[in-house]
Amino acid sequence: MRAGQTGDDRSMNNTAPVVHVEDLGKTYGSFAAVDSVSFEIQRGETFALLGPNGAGKSTTIEILEGYRDRTSGHASVLGVDPGKGGLDWKARLGIVLQSTGESGNVTVREQLTHFAGYYPNPRKVDEVIGAVGLDEEASTLIRKLSGGQRRRVDVALGIIGNPEMLFLDEPTTGFDPEARQQFWQLIRSLKSDGTTILLTTHYLDEAAQLGDRAGVIAGGTMIDIGAIDELGGAEARVPIVRWRDGGVRREVRTHTPGALVASLMVDGAEPAGLEIIRPSLEDIYLQLVADHATAREVENAR
Amino acid sequence: MSTTTSTPTAAPGPIAKSSVGSRLGRNLTLGFSRIKYEVRAYFRQGDSVFFTFLFPVVMLTIFAVAFSEQNFGTEEEPLTAAAFYLPGMLAAGLLLSGLQNMAIDIAMERSDGTLKRFAGTPLPVMSYFIGKIGQVFVTGVLQATLVLVVAGVAFGVELPSEPSKWLTFAWVFVLGVTTSAVLGIALSALPRSGKSATAVVIPIALVLQFISGVYLGFSMLPTWLQNFASVFPLKWMAQGMREVFLPASFEVLEQSESWNLPGVAIATGLWLVLGLIVTRLTFRWIRKDS
Repeated sequence: MRAGQTGDDRSMNNTAPVVHVEDLGKTYGSFAAVDSVSFEIQRGETFALLGPNGAGKSTTIEILEGYRDRTSGHASVLGVDPGKGGLDWKARLGIVLQSTGESGNVTVREQLTHFAGYYPNPRKVDEVIGAVGLDEEASTLIRKLSGGQRRRVDVALGIIGNPEMLFLDEPTTGFDPEARQQFWQLIRSLKSDGTTILLTTHYLDEAAQLGDRAGVIAGGTMIDIGAIDELGGAEARVPIVRWRDGGVRREVRTHTPGALVASLMVDGAEPAGLEIIRPSLEDIYLQLVADHATAREVENAR
Repeated sequence: MSTTTSTPTAAPGPIAKSSVGSRLGRNLTLGFSRIKYEVRAYFRQGDSVFFTFLFPVVMLTIFAVAFSEQNFGTEEEPLTAAAFYLPGMLAAGLLLSGLQNMAIDIAMERSDGTLKRFAGTPLPVMSYFIGKIGQVFVTGVLQATLVLVVAGVAFGVELPSEPSKWLTFAWVFVLGVTTSAVLGIALSALPRSGKSATAVVIPIALVLQFISGVYLGFSMLPTWLQNFASVFPLKWMAQGMREVFLPASFEVLEQSESWNLPGVAIATGLWLVLGLIVTRLTFRWIRKDS
């Protein structure tokens, strides 16, 4: 437990989910951007929200951050309706928005020191600067930073208040691979401190690295939800064996790929182009989204 | 609108409610922190320094140099161009530092995501406003000081020596700069984007300056235009400044042949109240669902 947080509050609600969403809906005119989405995030858990562009990820996260009003359903974050959250509630949140273009006429350290003053129990400014890898840029004006460096300032501002609940909306867009690795390390250390995290991302490897559970949103609805290594169900993870049989491409999904390969070897000939594939999270995700799109088309065709 | 159903799993936790006194203290502390932050950022923004901060002193210099041969007073009581334009430039400074600067600045902050970021932090709106008005106040004071020093030192304008004049200057300045800043915050809701902010705000400010006796002597304007300008606060701020800096003989040139300081206080005060009401009703960190 971190210092200064009201102890009763935390212990009382220790088992209650930090985020509780039930039948959440958001319509713009006749268009349903989010359609009866439900999920929960437990304390200390990292939940990844995945989905194609325009699927409703950002609308969902912005409703939970208090930026948008929902049309229907129920939502609570840290036990508070996000549509009615006051300053005390905001003090317990950290928000990293999708993109920002502020004028940035202050230095990294000035900005963080200033924002730290908004919160009752902020982290130490220099520690946060170090954690996002901007030690050398601490005295540089924010507008003079590169896009990736500015993004790290956004992340730093999101965690400066020592939040119980952290929202990360596509946090690593524009990061180089090294910066992404560093960022993952930072998030892991926040996780180990007990921070609850809701993450949206396009990068499936990022979700696999950081997420405990994930939900896949497409067309405004939650098409699958579960632990990262159970997403898509057991079926989606069945290994695939591919080979060529006299010029014909064969593909078999089997729980016993070794046995299958052994049976192929019975006549002694090496099968051409043999591979055994275990579907990655990305494969599973793409399959889920594709299946959903097909199902929609079938539905629309009726 | 959102529909709310009670949840069996997550009852709202008791949120520490601090007393009204400590809340106000926090608002003020953060407000002062914002002032420091805003002033620092203001002077690092090159275009705002030029177009709002230095503008009155640049205009005063141009007028003083261009009309250096002209007498704006009478045979017996001559008046230099610099002395004639000084009150108008001080009033223009109030308008530029307050209304123009605030309206553009906040419209920009709305469109570049600054306000959206604040909306997600526990920064109280009141502290944000204290920061903005404080920034206008600090830059306004520096700007007026600069105008007065340049007028006095470079152009030999004789500044009043009576304390009563400076007292009038002080209240006209404080009331004027506050009103102007609040109206700027209210006006910031008008531009639909940060890019259009200057195009929307600068013409409004410019027209006001021309009809309110800043660039053109107010007594030169036709009566109907004087009456029209009297609806707006800048005319009254300029009139208050003329009372302080022009010779008493100029009083007959005013509408109703009087400096009418109570009128200055009432008209500016009404605009302050109007600005506060509009701000209270319209200001939001973000336009939800836009």
